[in-house]
Amino acid sequence: MAAVYMSANRPENAFSTVDLVPEWAQEEVSTGTTIMAVEFDGGVVIGADSRTTTGAYIANRVTDKLTPIHDRIFCCRSGSAADTQAVADIVTYQLGFHSIELDEPPLVQTAANLFKQTCYRYREELMAGIIVAGWDKRRGGQVYTVPMGGMIVRQPVSVGGSGSSYIYGFMDSNYKPGMTKEECLHFCTQALALAMERDGSSGGVARLAAITEEGLERRVVLGNQLPKFSNA
Amino acid sequence: MALSNVVETPASGFNFENVSRNVALEGLLEGGHTKAPKPMKTGTTIAGIVCKDGVVLGADTRATSGEVVADKMCAKIHYISPNMYCCGAGTAADTEKTTDLLSSNLTIFSMNSGRNPRVVMAVNILQDMLFRYRGQIGASLILGGVDCTGNHLYTVGPYGSIDNVPYLAMGSGDLAALGILEDRFKPNMELEEAKQLVRDAIHSGIMSDLGSGNNIDICVITKQGVDYIRPYQESEYKDKRQRRYKYRPGTTSILTEKIVPLELEVVQETVQRMDTA
Repeated sequence: MAAVYMSANRPENAFSTVDLVPEWAQEEVSTGTTIMAVEFDGGVVIGADSRTTTGAYIANRVTDKLTPIHDRIFCCRSGSAADTQAVADIVTYQLGFHSIELDEPPLVQTAANLFKQTCYRYREELMAGIIVAGWDKRRGGQVYTVPMGGMIVRQPVSVGGSGSSYIYGFMDSNYKPGMTKEECLHFCTQALALAMERDGSSGGVARLAAITEEGLERRVVLGNQLPKFSNA
Repeated sequence: MALSNVVETPASGFNFENVSRNVALEGLLEGGHTKAPKPMKTGTTIAGIVCKDGVVLGADTRATSGEVVADKMCAKIHYISPNMYCCGAGTAADTEKTTDLLSSNLTIFSMNSGRNPRVVMAVNILQDMLFRYRGQIGASLILGGVDCTGNHLYTVGPYGSIDNVPYLAMGSGDLAALGILEDRFKPNMELEEAKQLVRDAIHSGIMSDLGSGNNIDICVITKQGVDYIRPYQESEYKDKRQRRYKYRPGTTSILTEKIVPLELEVVQETVQRMDTA
C-alpha cells in the first residue's frame, strides 16, 4: 500500500527523470589526487597516487599520473583528467619541436614555462594543477609547480592535488635538503601513503619515478605494501 | 533575422547558441505542462577485455528515451575499421556520429597512407574531438582493436580523457559489470573463457540496471579477423505481438479521386554529351 502511494504522488520514481545515468557518473572525470616532487643532488624524485574519479565512482584505480614530456622531464597531473591530458599533449609537442630546433635536450625551466603559458592563457577554461620536474645539464634536478591559475615557482619540494592538504605538515617537518635518491624515494612513499590514507579522492597504488642524468627509474608500491602509520 | 535567400557562412568553431534557446524552450514548454522530448540515450552496459589472442567487446541492446525503451535491438558496437570496433554509451546520436566520423577519417587515412590504422591513432582522434567540444558531446566510448603493435583497449570519456586498461565497463550498468570483471579477469585468457566472461559481465549489467536490457552482442577482434556475433544471446523475456499491425491494401477505402495536371512549359533544353568511355 505504501509503495503504491509513493509512486503515485512523487514526481520522480525509482528510475527518475534523470536519464538513467546516476548523478555521480555525470560529473567530469577528475584526478582528485596527491602528487609530489622532490629535488636531490643529481636529479628529482616524483610520485603520485593512482586514483581517477567521476564523482564518487573510481573510474580508473591504476592511473598513471606521471606523464613524460621529454626524455628527462616529467609532469605530475592533478585536476581534470581531460584538461591535464590535453595540456600535457600540447606541451609535449611544443617541447619536442623546440628541442629539435635547438638540437639539444630542453631545459626543465622551458617545459615549466610552456605549461604556465597554456595554463595561464586558458585559466578560465582549464582545471589543471601541474608539477613539472626533471633533470637538465644546466641546473641539474629541478621542481617547478604550476598550480591552477597559471603561476610558476621553483621549489625544492612540492606537493599538489586534493590530498596535498593533509601532508603539508609532514613535508615541512620531514624534508631535509641534501637527501640521497633512496631517502627521497622513502620520503615520497611515506608522504603519499599518509595522503592516500586520509584523502578519499586519492588511493590505489603509489607510483614513483627517479629522474637522473643516467635515465629513468620507475617504481610501483602496491596498496598492501604501503607503509602503515596507525594500528587501527 | 537572416533572409532565407542569403547564404550565411557559418562561424568557425563550435556554436553554443542553441544551448540558451533550448533552456528557454524548456521553460516555455514546462509552463504549458508538456516536457521537451528527452534525447535517446543508450543507458547501457558495455564492456571490453584484452585476452591472449585479441580483444573481446560486449554490449546490451537497449536504447531508452526517458523511461521508455526506444529501441530493443540497438547496435552499440560500431565499426571503426577492419581491425577496430567501438562500443558507445551516452547519447545515442552522439556515439553514432562520433564513431561514424572516426571511421570515415580512418578510411581516408588508410587510403592516403596505405597503412592499416593503429588503435592509438583512433583514440587520439576521438580525444581531440571530444576535448574540443568540451563535454557537449555526450559520448563515453570503449575502443578496442588489434594492430601491428598488439591488442589494445581504451576508454574515452565525454570530456576527452582517456584510460588504457586491460578490462573496462562503461554505461549505467558499469558497476554491476565491473564487479564480474574484477572478480574473474585474468591476464592472457583464452578466447572462449574471455567471451564467457564478457557475456557474464553484460548479463549482470542487464539484470541489475534498468537502463540495460534485451539481448547481448559480442564482438571478437583477433589478428585473423573479426567475429561480430549479434545477438550472442537473446533475452528470455521476449513477448509475442498481440495483433498484426500491418494493414492490407484496401483497408482504407478511397471515396473520391481528383487529378489536377500540372502545366509545365519546356523553356530551354540543353544536351551535353558525357564521355563515359
